[in-house]
Amino acid sequence: MFIVFTMKLVTSFRCCRILQSFQRRSILGFHLQRLYSSQQQFRVCVVGSGPAGFYTAQSLVKNNKNITVDILEKLPVPFGLVRYGVAPDHPEVKNVINQFTALAQGGRCQFFGNIDIGNDVTVSELLDMYSAVVLSYGAASDKKLNIPGENLKGVYSARNFVGWYNGLPQDMELNPNLDTETAMVIGQGNVALDVARILLTPIEILKKTDISYHAQEALSRSKVKRVYLVGRRGPLQVSFTIKELREMVKLPGTRPLLQTADFKGLDKVIPGLPRGKKRLIELLYKTANEEPRNADRIETTNREWGLKFLRSPLEIIADKSGGCVAGVRFAINHIQEKGGQEIALPSGEEEFIKCGIVLKSIGYKSVQLDPIIPFDTAQGVIKNDKGRVDKVRGLYCSGWVKRGPVGVILSSLNDSIETAKTIITDIEDGTLSEKTSETSLLDLLTSRGVKTVTFEDWLNIDREERLRGQSRDKPREKISDINEMLDVAFKDKKDT
Amino acid sequence: MHSSIQNLCKLHSRFVLGFKVIQSLSQQKTFSSCQFKPFSLQSRIPCWRSSFHNSNKVSNLNVNSLGRKLVPRSVCTTSLLSKEEKITVNYINRDGTKMPVKAVVGDSLLDVAIDNDLDIEGYGACEGTLACSTCHLIFEEKQFDSLPGASDEEMDMLDLAWGVTDTSRLGCQITVTKDMDGMTVTVPESVADARDV
Ligand SMILES: Cc1cc2nc3c(=O)[nH]c(=O)nc-3n(C[C@H](O)[C@H](O)[C@H](O)COP(=O)(O)OP(=O)(O)OC[C@H]3O[C@@H](n4cnc5c(N)ncnc54)[C@H](O)[C@@H]3O)c2cc1C
Ligand SMILES: NC(=O)c1ccc[n+]([C@@H]2O[C@H](COP(=O)([O-])OP(=O)(O)OC[C@H]3O[C@@H](n4cnc5c(N)ncnc54)[C@H](OP(=O)(O)O)[C@@H]3O)[C@@H](O)[C@H]2O)c1
Ligand code: FES
Repeated sequence: MFIVFTMKLVTSFRCCRILQSFQRRSILGFHLQRLYSSQQQFRVCVVGSGPAGFYTAQSLVKNNKNITVDILEKLPVPFGLVRYGVAPDHPEVKNVINQFTALAQGGRCQFFGNIDIGNDVTVSELLDMYSAVVLSYGAASDKKLNIPGENLKGVYSARNFVGWYNGLPQDMELNPNLDTETAMVIGQGNVALDVARILLTPIEILKKTDISYHAQEALSRSKVKRVYLVGRRGPLQVSFTIKELREMVKLPGTRPLLQTADFKGLDKVIPGLPRGKKRLIELLYKTANEEPRNADRIETTNREWGLKFLRSPLEIIADKSGGCVAGVRFAINHIQEKGGQEIALPSGEEEFIKCGIVLKSIGYKSVQLDPIIPFDTAQGVIKNDKGRVDKVRGLYCSGWVKRGPVGVILSSLNDSIETAKTIITDIEDGTLSEKTSETSLLDLLTSRGVKTVTFEDWLNIDREERLRGQSRDKPREKISDINEMLDVAFKDKKDT
Repeated sequence: MHSSIQNLCKLHSRFVLGFKVIQSLSQQKTFSSCQFKPFSLQSRIPCWRSSFHNSNKVSNLNVNSLGRKLVPRSVCTTSLLSKEEKITVNYINRDGTKMPVKAVVGDSLLDVAIDNDLDIEGYGACEGTLACSTCHLIFEEKQFDSLPGASDEEMDMLDLAWGVTDTSRLGCQITVTKDMDGMTVTVPESVADARDV
């Protein structure tokens, strides 16, 4: 408790230091910009305001003084999955917003929200107005299981469930069925652990986070006591990482439900594993073999989570009424190595596991936002080389839409640096040209009836959300209705 | 203006309180950043900088419920400032540039990077709360061996860091000590750079 408290203090000191340092830099940047104003100016447009969008913008303005960036976002609010993906009980991860805010206020990077690229304006139109266009629009869809029963009531994609508890406008009406004891999460990645943790965390803890109120209310009435996370392969192939697993193992009021047999013999393998995997498997092995098996925790806990391995879902079965989930029929697999990869093959046996809710957490998927974008539909990524989109001059990409929906925020930093480098190379060797049209995008959007939200407007929403949070003793209460967001954003403009 | 002053007051009370809490925790080695000195910040943060970012932290921090008595700010600033000791640390940035900087003994290596405006992209994204691993640094072997051991939590984050080596640590968890004078730490190249070569 004390440590958490101290970390919060440390954070607030650092916040100030970071902001201060950024402001010093942007003042310097402003002078430099004026010095260079006689040189060519390159206006770059970034589509999407998640980590990839902001990091690409940051890397561009930092490494070339003649670049300014406009970040365009579909929603009225910035930060992508940092706001709508990262779990509400992980506020530390969201501190990165402070760096993004400093950038958006630094003078050379502007944010414009509420612009749906592909609908309100096309990528070709953007290419006419900007020296370069960077697509950083993330992954707006998810992978499908393609099995019978996938559309039953009580089956949800983890993406929608995450959107629901994080206040994403489009997922407000999800209304997941929590009137059941057993939940089944398909997939063993970090998103699967996130949704399992949110289902099991005591409400007293959740209500102090920025979880959306409708989700908090529903979860406070939830009957879910047991969550299984089901993987098609074995313990050595889990996709989640150790920090998130440790959190789960330590979750108050909850006990792990691991079968010792699943981990038999792993102790022999552990020493030869690479660093990251080694500590992860050690923790799994230790947790599964703890003696006496969770005896002390059985007393103090009333919820549990378990990992099931070597199970591929074949069919989601409906209850007698035919409308709701009653359970999942799984094929039991064995692992075979093929071309250096361990793949799951059905052994011929099957198993039925009862549950009342199924959450599919098998990965997000990007979409082709505009027909002009060369898109690899199978992989769900834009065809590119080091961020340079194939065959369309001036078009680039970064983040999940560039390399697929895997990786943490740090990975987006790395690949955004790569994309920014590519763009700067293309500027320096003359591939990209200066394009001068200061206001034309905004004019075009206004003529199409699109009301753009600036960063200042977003700060109105931000302030209002914090204020609403205060009365509920939480850091913020997100506004999840787009019209309400816009009303709050433009309130100053209405007054005058 | 009025609200800025209010914010400044809040901020100051937090620094002072922070100092007390940190002192009481200094035996715990889990987070080495516990040992940094808030006074060095007090002198650097003008009130106008505090208004935006700190508003969210205020609600997290129930000063009264902890029942701690706040020490007047002047007590810890003046008496401790004079003891501030500085050493030299060399950071090698992703592109290989060497950046020698002054580091205050007791600060973390994340604080040092921020205070010196080191231009390391994305450095310190989670602001030292062990949630990002962007502060990853590679140490010289000799220096690495003399560092206090890493906590499980730091090891967990290091496991996720890109390009992790046997002498990797997270900068936000390393406290500057006198014996570090002249040491060199390296910011790992990003994935992009690695693919370039
Ligand atoms: C549930 C979940 C939890 C996560 N938790 C963590 C964590 O704790 N720590 C961590 O390091 N990483 C976490 N991640 C990973 C991290 O969120 C991603 O690596 C990162 O957000 C990817 O960045 P991105 O910018 O490519 O995509 P996104 O963050 O998705 O950003 C894309 C942006 O583009 C916008 N957009 C989409 N379509 C359009 C359009 N047509 N026009 C304009 N804009 C558009 C979207 O609204 C969005 O704002 C998590 C991911 C998920 C899914
Ligand atoms: N706290 C955090 O840092 C945090 C939180 C959330 C997300 N993230 C990051 O965000 C990224 C996305 O996370 P994610 O969990 O969506 O993806 P992920 O890590 O790729 O996990 C997907 C899971 O789904 C399984 N799967 C895929 N297709 C399947 C199918 N057809 N049938 C059965 N199982 C299938 C995968 O198993 P196979 O391995 O067998 O394919 C894997 O277990 C990850 O990189 C993650 O680390 C991080
Ligand atoms: S700054 Fe995030 S882990 Fe050190």
